[in-house]
Amino acid sequence: MREVLEGSQAVARTVARCRPGVVCAYPISPQTHIVEALSVMARTGELADCEYVNVESEFSAMSVSIGASAGGSRAYTATASQGLLYMAEAVYNAAGMGLPIVMTVANRAVGAPINIWNDHSDAMAMRDSGWLQLFAADNQEAADLHVIAFGAAEELGIPAMVCMDGFVLTHASDVVELPTAAQVDAFLPPYRPTQALDILNPTTIGTMAGPESFTETKYLQHLRFLDAAAVIESWSDRFREAFGREAGGLVVRYDPDTLDRDREAPPASSDDLVVVAMGSVIGTLQAALEPLRAAGIPVRLVGVSSFRPFPGDALRDAIGESRHVMVIDRALELGSGGVLTGCVGRALAGTRSRLHSVVAGLGGRPILEASLQEAVRMALDGELGRLEFLDLKEGGVPTPAAGATEVAR
Amino acid sequence: MTTVHIPFLQTGTLAVGGRLLDDAERSVQSHADRPASLTKGHRACQGCAEALAARWVMDTAVEASDGKLVVANATGCLEVFSTLYPESAWKPPWIHSLFANAAAVATGIAASLHAQGRDDVRVLAQGGDGGTVDIGLAAVSGMFERNDDVLYVCYDNQGYMNTGVQRSSATPASARTATTPAVGRTPGQAFGQGKSMVKIAMAHEIPYVASATVADLRDLEHKVRTAMSIRGARYLHVLVPCPVGWGSSSSQSIALSRAAVQSGIFPVVEARAGELTDVQRIRERADVEEYLRPQARFAHLFKPGGEDALERWRALAEANIRRYDLLGERS
Repeated sequence: MREVLEGSQAVARTVARCRPGVVCAYPISPQTHIVEALSVMARTGELADCEYVNVESEFSAMSVSIGASAGGSRAYTATASQGLLYMAEAVYNAAGMGLPIVMTVANRAVGAPINIWNDHSDAMAMRDSGWLQLFAADNQEAADLHVIAFGAAEELGIPAMVCMDGFVLTHASDVVELPTAAQVDAFLPPYRPTQALDILNPTTIGTMAGPESFTETKYLQHLRFLDAAAVIESWSDRFREAFGREAGGLVVRYDPDTLDRDREAPPASSDDLVVVAMGSVIGTLQAALEPLRAAGIPVRLVGVSSFRPFPGDALRDAIGESRHVMVIDRALELGSGGVLTGCVGRALAGTRSRLHSVVAGLGGRPILEASLQEAVRMALDGELGRLEFLDLKEGGVPTPAAGATEVAR
Repeated sequence: MTTVHIPFLQTGTLAVGGRLLDDAERSVQSHADRPASLTKGHRACQGCAEALAARWVMDTAVEASDGKLVVANATGCLEVFSTLYPESAWKPPWIHSLFANAAAVATGIAASLHAQGRDDVRVLAQGGDGGTVDIGLAAVSGMFERNDDVLYVCYDNQGYMNTGVQRSSATPASARTATTPAVGRTPGQAFGQGKSMVKIAMAHEIPYVASATVADLRDLEHKVRTAMSIRGARYLHVLVPCPVGWGSSSSQSIALSRAAVQSGIFPVVEARAGELTDVQRIRERADVEEYLRPQARFAHLFKPGGEDALERWRALAEANIRRYDLLGERS
């Protein structure tokens, strides 16, 4: 059934249909609507056989999720920004212990200065935590990715973050078709923990590992992470077959002219400028690039759906013969450039690619179609630098007029 | 099969030896089939009261839960000395996640078991004083406030002993640690308000709060059994002398625990729903010196200039005796 739903509602209802055993919540904007919706469903019984736990911090939210997952339950939580960083220690811990928790990250900037609006700095800070990081381009994909995330995480024994842009997606109403409970039940196997605290088969979980075994432990974790790309693809394929629509995968290709998502789209050609992006800015790019294509400008769009594991091979395939790549980056590696650009650069190492990092939309700054179109024109005309800040105001941060602060006080 | 009883003689205490009692009254430890939850081969120091207390606590909890016990452990000595991969000294299902989150992990396990309809499986969380009164306090308080079905046990050795004897907020006033050295005008840990985790737990009005020491293991056992007979959040605070951190002889851990109780320094109490319900009276009153002098961390109290601190210690003991009526003068 197609319906108009707020992104957070769509995600909450889909998560409920994945039948988590424990949902843990601590509020932070812009994640709040998701856990609020789940709390209602826990009270009404729509979220059955589930413990909904209100905790005193994000650190405890992840810790309760760790206990719940090790206790043998499908565990879910959601956070953003400062909250994700506050739970950082436990985020790494969950991955190290192989507990397949699923967490929504309603992507938001990280302070200071404090800022509640959208960019990808929070998720990027956790890029080496050992979690899968799947980015949604729109509300439909945000909902669908949770089903895929539970499947892939539990098959791999690796926790998964579903990243959706704060406010831009979480608070935006859009037409979605939610997976029904019956569909999800048929799609997701029941939760079977790979290791659990079982009184009939007692195990010690979370031992100390000394120098003689730590490297090997990390190496095995690395090998499992290498398996993750194929597993994510396989769950996305199964999702397409079961639900009749595309969601997730590693790298998303778009039709050169319609700019619609298209698995069969050819790789870019040597004349093309390829724009690589992640998250909701893809929707803006679809709208911005379509008239450029119609005007005969050689530009292509490639989306990154799985940021971790980073799909270097699939990205190189999609970029094809093109050696001219522009990355729209929603997070900044200070003194260097965009975080996503760094990953794309590594994937393209050994090629003679010209790589532009366009840092855009930090802390909720709107990314305008016209600005993206201008960046494309500049890139094609050889006027775009290696690192650019989209719509950067000349003269730095605007300062209030003399006396204005007195008035405000 | 005939049951063989192990004679259990706890020397130097007023506790009755197991061999003198009827079978039903004997301690868990006196039985040949005791759970041995924390089994031999671990790396605890000689005289470690935490290892002793943890074995008694867990064996009692395992027995009280009919073998259905799951344990969450904070980072600290107890975790480090018991589980260096690939070895483990733990028999029950046991998890260590982080330093500050044992209470929250335990909440998660309890929630998971409840969601699975397995309320017969019980959850115990344990940590040292650092993991409880300092870095883990928020998680412990959250677990109390929600009244989660978890027994939390704090083994209080009054400092960060695992990292080399640094000060925690459970370190007693004037004690020398690596970060409160016995030099300068106010040697050792400063005299402050202190932080009583027992009182903090009581303020949450949770169903059961108790303190105990290794000087009276039958009392410890009794309190674990009582705690296990109750549902909801429960807290047990056990004083565990640390020969390394306290600078005491490894043979003195029991005697020091007893001196702490008999001097009034460490009140042994029980409380339900925030109300004090039982207090262990002082049986043979000891001077605070009996507790302080054998510990090198207090050596500066017995040198010139230490008199004031010693007087303040006596005042602390007096205050406890008054507050908890430890001499039974009011009743």
